[in-house]
Amino acid sequence: MRRTFLGLLLIPGIAIALGASVFPQVRSIELPGDNAMAELKPGPGVEVVHANCIACHSTDYIVRQPHSDAKRWEGEVKKMTGVYGAPISEADAKVIVEYLAAAYGPAQANARKETKPSKSGTKAP
Amino acid sequence: MSSHFSPKALSRRHFLSLVGGATTVAGGGLFETIRTFAAEDPILAGRPLVRYPEKTDLILLTSRPPQLETPMKYFEHAITPNEAFFVRYHTFPPPTHIDLSTWRLRLGGLVERPLELSLDDLKSEFSPTRLVAVNQCSGNSRGRSEPRVFGGQWGDGAMGNAEWTGLRLQDLLRRAGVKTGAVEIAFRGFDEPAAPTIPHFAKSLTMHMVADSPDILVAYEMNGQPLPTLNGFPARLVVPGWFSTYWVKHLAEITVLDHEFDGFWMQKAYRIPASPCGCVEPGGTAAHTVPINRMKVRSFIISPKEGARVPVGRPVVLKGIAFDAGYGIASVEISTDEGNSWRRAALGQDLGPYSFREWTAHWVPTKRGNFSLLARAVNRVGESQPFEATWNPSGYMRNVIERIQVTAV
Repeated sequence: MRRTFLGLLLIPGIAIALGASVFPQVRSIELPGDNAMAELKPGPGVEVVHANCIACHSTDYIVRQPHSDAKRWEGEVKKMTGVYGAPISEADAKVIVEYLAAAYGPAQANARKETKPSKSGTKAP
Repeated sequence: MSSHFSPKALSRRHFLSLVGGATTVAGGGLFETIRTFAAEDPILAGRPLVRYPEKTDLILLTSRPPQLETPMKYFEHAITPNEAFFVRYHTFPPPTHIDLSTWRLRLGGLVERPLELSLDDLKSEFSPTRLVAVNQCSGNSRGRSEPRVFGGQWGDGAMGNAEWTGLRLQDLLRRAGVKTGAVEIAFRGFDEPAAPTIPHFAKSLTMHMVADSPDILVAYEMNGQPLPTLNGFPARLVVPGWFSTYWVKHLAEITVLDHEFDGFWMQKAYRIPASPCGCVEPGGTAAHTVPINRMKVRSFIISPKEGARVPVGRPVVLKGIAFDAGYGIASVEISTDEGNSWRRAALGQDLGPYSFREWTAHWVPTKRGNFSLLARAVNRVGESQPFEATWNPSGYMRNVIERIQVTAV
């Protein structure tokens, strides 16, 4: 908001020159930071995931994906390196796939079912 | 165009302050809010409400790049407020600082007269056109795909309906003068990916389709207001009837091509199986794919809510919305007996063929117990919704008959 205000202060001359349009010439917003409620599960290799993946996207891109085996996770990691050009070394990619398959693998697939709604406490948002 | 994003994680305290509005409504803290969503829809379980700039409390799908989902309560009305309209970006950072004194829309390529236009030019040199149209993400409801698929795990709120004001793309092309031999038109936003290896977001439409579609707009207003920054300020493409992926935000360049556009977001992403249903056997793969295009018919029951308790012997008002790709909704029917019998809902005001159409129906539960309420729409060319969800590897184009469970007491 402060930036928007500064932006408006800087341009009245321009606005007048253009015919005193009330339409602001500069739009400026600030985005909040990452979702702190979507932390990666602890586990071997989690620091490699933080170092490589979280540079480009927030953790909520990972923790909400379908629980998958190493082969499917490898496909996703290859998409990041091959398609989007993420600079991840082969050694790190291997650690990342192992972490994902362990922390978000088929064995953990029931985690989503545990979050099914309880019958009580329904309130309008 | 610079960004002011600092990628530090929110502290929990900061996060609580962000959801302050929701906290008041829900009568508790952040976790109260989360439980509220969990109770309504398991797909949304654990997702917080957040308030982004120029936005109201929306459901946080991902924060970087940002994806924000509209709570279903906003679909009780045909028009979705700008502040509640969903947000979806492919690359990060999105534009956060936009200066209209330097922004220009450029039209070039295979044209007689390349154009370079300011926002004032777009408004003053072309006649404005207004139309109401649904903007729905290709992957809306992807979280319900079974078997599950990778991608943004949306509930049903990656959609919205607004009145768009802008100039006709055809008028713009006429001004520039398209040369013979034009095959496709490419559209590019001015948002820049974080790394040069990440494909810039750009889409294309065929010249044939554009020549046939006078309703494609370069829109600079949404519900009578300038576009929210996160919905594409200062101008975005509006392709009525087609999925959002074509509605390029922060439009900067339009290029007329004498060949098929080779961009990543056309050739590799947003593709559907080439079969008539755009689907394959659940879990399967498609040998041939085509770019996703027009939307399928959908309808939603917005009220009562999932899990509601309704009194036996008294009329329950069912309300919802329906839409299609622009043929227009011919009818909406509801069933309270698993689809054995259907009866017509009353359609609300017609805001145009591309719009959400409100509908209302009445139902009197005659006995206690659990009921499924089903809604299905039929459009003016007879297209409707399937009982069983169709499936494709990317979780696109879901349009199964929706059902909610209520209990008569």
